[in-house]
Amino acid sequence: MSAAQMSLRRRMRERGLDSVTLLVIPAVLFVLALFIYPFVYGLILSFHPRIGGWLANYQKFFSEPFLYDTIRITLVIAVPATILNVVLSVPVALRVRLMKKQRLLTTILVIPITLGTVMVAEGLLTYLGPRGWLNRTLLEFGLVDSPIRLIHNYWGVMLSLVITGFPFTFLLTLSYVTGIDPGLEQAAAVLGARARERFWRILLPLLAPGLAITLALAFVQAFTVFPSAILLGAPAGPTRVISIVAYQAAFEQYDYSLASAIAMLMAAVQLLIITALLASRSLVFRGPASSGKG
Amino acid sequence: MRRGLGERLWAFAVWALVGFFVLNLLAMIGSVVVNSFGTRWFNTWLPSGYTSQWYVMAWDEFQLPDILLVTAEVVGAVVVISGLIGVPAAYAMARRNFPGKQVVMFLFLLPLLVPPITYGIPMATVLYQAHLAGTIWGVILANLVPSVPFVILIMIPFVEQIDPRVEAAARVFGAGMFRLFAQVLVPLLTPGILAAMLLVLVRTIAMFELTFLTSGPTSQTLVVALYYAVFAAGVRPGQSIDAMAVVYMITTLIWLLIALRFVNPTQIVTRAKR
Repeated sequence: MSAAQMSLRRRMRERGLDSVTLLVIPAVLFVLALFIYPFVYGLILSFHPRIGGWLANYQKFFSEPFLYDTIRITLVIAVPATILNVVLSVPVALRVRLMKKQRLLTTILVIPITLGTVMVAEGLLTYLGPRGWLNRTLLEFGLVDSPIRLIHNYWGVMLSLVITGFPFTFLLTLSYVTGIDPGLEQAAAVLGARARERFWRILLPLLAPGLAITLALAFVQAFTVFPSAILLGAPAGPTRVISIVAYQAAFEQYDYSLASAIAMLMAAVQLLIITALLASRSLVFRGPASSGKG
Repeated sequence: MRRGLGERLWAFAVWALVGFFVLNLLAMIGSVVVNSFGTRWFNTWLPSGYTSQWYVMAWDEFQLPDILLVTAEVVGAVVVISGLIGVPAAYAMARRNFPGKQVVMFLFLLPLLVPPITYGIPMATVLYQAHLAGTIWGVILANLVPSVPFVILIMIPFVEQIDPRVEAAARVFGAGMFRLFAQVLVPLLTPGILAAMLLVLVRTIAMFELTFLTSGPTSQTLVVALYYAVFAAGVRPGQSIDAMAVVYMITTLIWLLIALRFVNPTQIVTRAKR
């Protein structure tokens, strides 16, 4: 080996490039080939419609109410579900944090996440149906006169998003809440702050960055609701969400170009909302206390 | 510190909410299990009789043996391959600082942050053009997309816990990269690898969207078969679909219980936190 080669090797090593670094290459190539490449390919494909100019897919999407209205329909389901889940998670996580044996509760709550949306949809079809236990209980206690309709409509999808979404936001919030130094709250209590004041002035500001991330992740999940919108909702009408039309374009009309365009629009809406959420986080909340987790 | 009435009422309300949620969750699972064993169940709390015929029916009509075999093959391949690609990558990410490391990290985070249905449609398009979709390899490749980054993110902290001097010592004694992994790192990393593999396993059994978009008639996993069964409800008795749902639940929950011996429940969702 010549001296020049030797010094190149050494210089590479000093920058952190040696045989160990090469171990990352298979994983990088894999993600590039099966995630980045399809995404870029889809983006390009969306500008090569079957008929019409390069923007024809997007023009079609925004001119046909049957297509563009799916964004509104999806938001009407996803936004309330996300907000409800996160708002419920905060007080529950603050309470569970004080528990000695959290394990049983967290284990029970991780079950719906593990089972997944298809299983939850089938379970809710049985449980919420006109002859299911829920309607039976309501009738028994005289709360309703006739069974209420909770499946094959908006509410079925909404409830499935709560069943799988609440445990997700709760466990995420819990992990942020437990990262807050209990000493800070005790100090506030010693100085005379009541529970409500401690929440608004100590806990919530410390929790805000984590909550923004939780909101973003929960929203993105709810926005891409798919199997339960078909199985538990009314996929021809009130729960015709954007992922259904993307799927139908690809696998029923075989118009991959239009399907890619819809997938790109889905990604764009997600990106827009996440950026807005994370930007509002830095607007609302500034200062050194954000490092409370460390 | 004495707690006021308001505070106690608030605590009660929070626990009532949790109780209500858990009650509904258990009732939902319970009604599926009861229905799968029931003969006729109309206007009563419980079915009029019990039978196991729906399981026999589901076993025969839904081709459950084939589906379970495909599921096991897909999950097994995804677990092994994601481990083989992910663990070395995690080692490199934990031990070296190289130019562009932040970009690579972001690259690994993306498939975990973008929901499967969004990237699944363009990915399925590419896999169809490569004539891989519809085959079991298409399903395996699709499921590897979130699994490889997931293994990397789980493993990085486990690698960081190992004292670098242990590796340095092994190197001094002449161990090459392969022996270093086989005889030093893998034994030390066993708890982490076990946790990562089990979580990938549970997630792959339950991964609906990617499998749904890339599977053909002979490459359906259990969750996709369950979807088609529910989708075509009315063709078969509801109890038979619920029997299949119970088989799916048992498959998933057994592995979840095993996984929870090694990981904390919160780890199942917090993997992509930062």
